[in-house]
Amino acid sequence: MISTQRSLSGSLQSPRSPSTQPYLSVSVTDPVKLGNGVQAYISYRVITKTNLPEYQGQEKIVIRRYSDFVWLRDRLSEKYKGIFIPPLPEKSAVEKFRFSAEFIEMRRQALDIFVNRIASHPELQQSEDLRTFLQEDEETMDRSRSQETGIFKKKPADFMQIFKDVQSKVSDVVLGKEKPVEESTPEYEKLKHYIFELEEHLAEAQKQAFRLVKRHRELGQSLSDFGKAVKLLGACEGKSLGKAFSDLGTKSEALSMKLQNEAHNLLMNFEEPLKDYVRAVQSIKVTMADRANAFRQQCELAETTRLKEINLDKLMLMRSDKAGEAEYEYKELKAESEEATRRFETIVRLMNEEIVRFQDQKTSDMGLAFHEFAKGQAKLANDIADAWRSLLPKLEACSTDT
Amino acid sequence: MMGPENHHPFEDSHVFASREEMENLNLDDNDDHNNHSGRSQINSYAEDYRSAMSSISDLHHPLSSSPSLAPSVVVTRSDDSNSNNNDNNNQNNHSDPLLSPPSPINSPKAPPFSDTSYLDPPSYADIIFSPSNGRSPSPSASSTSEYIKITVADPQKEQEMTNSLVPGSNTYVTYLITTRSNMPEFGVSESSVRRRFKDVVTLADRLADSYRGFFIPPRPDKNVVESQVMQKQEFVEQRRTALEKYLCRLAAHPVIRKSEELRVFLQVQGRLPLAPTTDVASRMLDGAVKLPRQLFGEAAAGAVQVHEVVQPAKGGRDLLRIFKELKQSVANDWGGVRPAIVEEDKEFLDRKEKMQDLEQQLSNASQQAEALVKAQQDIGETMGELGLAFVKLTKFETEEAVYNSQRIRSADYRHVATAAVKASRLYRESNAQTVKHLDTLHEYLGLMLAVHSAFSDRSSALLTVQTLVSEISSLHSKAEKLEAASSKIFGGDRSRIRKLEEARETIRVTEDAKSCAIREYERIKENNRNELERLDQERHDDFLTMLKGFVVNQVGYAEKISNVWAKVAEETSGYAKENP
Repeated sequence: MISTQRSLSGSLQSPRSPSTQPYLSVSVTDPVKLGNGVQAYISYRVITKTNLPEYQGQEKIVIRRYSDFVWLRDRLSEKYKGIFIPPLPEKSAVEKFRFSAEFIEMRRQALDIFVNRIASHPELQQSEDLRTFLQEDEETMDRSRSQETGIFKKKPADFMQIFKDVQSKVSDVVLGKEKPVEESTPEYEKLKHYIFELEEHLAEAQKQAFRLVKRHRELGQSLSDFGKAVKLLGACEGKSLGKAFSDLGTKSEALSMKLQNEAHNLLMNFEEPLKDYVRAVQSIKVTMADRANAFRQQCELAETTRLKEINLDKLMLMRSDKAGEAEYEYKELKAESEEATRRFETIVRLMNEEIVRFQDQKTSDMGLAFHEFAKGQAKLANDIADAWRSLLPKLEACSTDT
Repeated sequence: MMGPENHHPFEDSHVFASREEMENLNLDDNDDHNNHSGRSQINSYAEDYRSAMSSISDLHHPLSSSPSLAPSVVVTRSDDSNSNNNDNNNQNNHSDPLLSPPSPINSPKAPPFSDTSYLDPPSYADIIFSPSNGRSPSPSASSTSEYIKITVADPQKEQEMTNSLVPGSNTYVTYLITTRSNMPEFGVSESSVRRRFKDVVTLADRLADSYRGFFIPPRPDKNVVESQVMQKQEFVEQRRTALEKYLCRLAAHPVIRKSEELRVFLQVQGRLPLAPTTDVASRMLDGAVKLPRQLFGEAAAGAVQVHEVVQPAKGGRDLLRIFKELKQSVANDWGGVRPAIVEEDKEFLDRKEKMQDLEQQLSNASQQAEALVKAQQDIGETMGELGLAFVKLTKFETEEAVYNSQRIRSADYRHVATAAVKASRLYRESNAQTVKHLDTLHEYLGLMLAVHSAFSDRSSALLTVQTLVSEISSLHSKAEKLEAASSKIFGGDRSRIRKLEEARETIRVTEDAKSCAIREYERIKENNRNELERLDQERHDDFLTMLKGFVVNQVGYAEKISNVWAKVAEETSGYAKENP
């Protein structure tokens, strides 16, 4: 029910003149089960339509699987720190449901939304990894993906950074500076507090929404059972009363179907958007962690650079031989420190933009979800009223026979 | 009290209530229901039923002045309990809005639902039915204006005066039973007595003896184990309700309501004598007293006394008779000689089979009805919890709002929260009614016990007749043998002649007993027949009322719920996708 093309802020779409206006639209369709036994998986057709010059041709179709999407998400998370990377649907599911039609459909829908959000994000849409994902043939994709697997997805430079982080932590502990360096502007504090509490509230709402789906299914089941029982009871009674029971039972069974349908509708169009919201908030938390890291690195490098400078001045005063080397190291460190500062500031800038976009996006996402929810519930209740109402003339007729 | 519009006091207060109020009210309701969700996990469906019933009595039903389980039940249909209704039923002046076709049935249907339009004020949403609208929980009395109104209240602990072996060990509970009646048999128009549960057991047993063949409403269980498991207060309250229901059902029975046994129970002051105990020890004692006479004494004494024939053989007093009847029933079962009188009434056998079938389906339907009620309750609860979650979100977003989009979203949350809370209340109210309507199934299932009893009265009466018949035939052959023997001896043998005369006397007595037994059997058959007809008629009416009540209730509340959500759909229509 959710369209595959989302009109988001900064979207490239325009139905009017596809040839002049740049557009990039993607759809994830056609899930197919491949492979056998434990290694079985679902593959999806990813169809890209675009007129962007970076892309090969107007339309391209590739086959992708869930882990390809994960690859894309991870690559983007690496390169675009500060941007809220659109969330992916959860990895694992209980084995029993992994291939159930409902689960597959939910996942397909979520993956479709994922790719489209990337495609309509002003920065992310320019990513080379996105182009790889959308265009490369399956073998190239497989190769790229397997290069990334393994616990150590980090590049050598990152190793050094981790090592340095550990070192500085140790020295902090040794020096008694145990408390990690943290950003503490009041605005950012407020944002952090907001995000963390928001996740809790949303998780609760999503939990209740999921329960509501279950309740609909249960009510549907009991209406079905009740209908059957009533029909059997009607068979014991005679004539018009028996017929009345029979009709009631039939209606009850018919309503059972409507309830099952509404349960499905609720799941796809109300519960899933809520879950999506929760995932989005979790993605923000990842960005916050990135920001915290960047902040710490910036602080540490600034501190190390300062110490290096002091040392250099000392050496120069002493006219030491080591001064030259020290000056070289100092210059390098200074560059790194400035780089770290730039990285941090980029994240801050991006986050500020992203938050606005996020809030807008969520208001319209939720608004739509609520609309669908209310529509579905109203229609269900109306159908229920209609079904039962139709019985009344017959019941009236019954009481006129003795 | 209220206008005929679709105004619900709780709903109104919530449209304009502050979020805090809404939240607090939600929390209260949640607490109420949290207590019951644990209980309703229990397996036995009686437990579910009870929990459903008790969750209703906790509900502040805004539309009736008394708690939903009205303690007093007016029995006749003409004297409807409209006085209990403070609802906005715009048919208030009719005794039974279902029997006199109300106009809403003919009013135009609500327009077909469309995406953004409001539903017009629907037909049934205006009518909210409370349980006693034209529906009496038990079969109604005749169309006269006689009535009996019985209430059971004020449980008190009392001490057993005798039996002071262990002081204070024998306490029991008495209940105040108040009867109001204009029936001539009762004399005074109002009386109050104190009775304990054992008195009720006695009453039930006496009625069973006096009214063989009738469908006597079954009395509440003794519940020995339960009384130890449950809290004393809960148990007493449950028992009080059950006793009231039982007595009202008795009062509703056209024949039993006039019984002396019932009148004595309801009116005679002071302690009632308990029936002779039926425990094994005393049974044995009774039997042991009689047995020597039966086995060794005069032959005539061994014959069933005429007056006893109108009672089934009971433990202790009628050991010999029990043996004889057992022998007869075995003979019946194993074939051999077909007894002279059998259950030939084909029609009866058909009805009996139908009753068995009915009982099975009633049991099934009753269970499924319980499950349905539970499912409806659950969905209402979850909807309420969802509403609460959104109330919290509304509050949160408003407090933390930095961007305008947040304020807009907060307003959207509030719309959903309000609707979910309203819908939750509507589900619960609807369910409270559904429970009462579907209760009819449960009632009639209980009545099947009475039917069983009545049918077994018939078979035991038949057995008595059969036993007497075969006894007579064996007495005849004994007499013949005696005759044959004494005719061989010229002049006769004194003792043999005497024995022959005794034998003939025994035959006469037994023949009398047989006639009596046959009359009794016929009487019971007649009772069965009448009661079956009455049951069929009343069941038809009560089931019809149940169906109508159930359906009208469902329609009314579904329409209201639909309205609630249509409003939200309207409020959020701006978000609707351009391409559907």
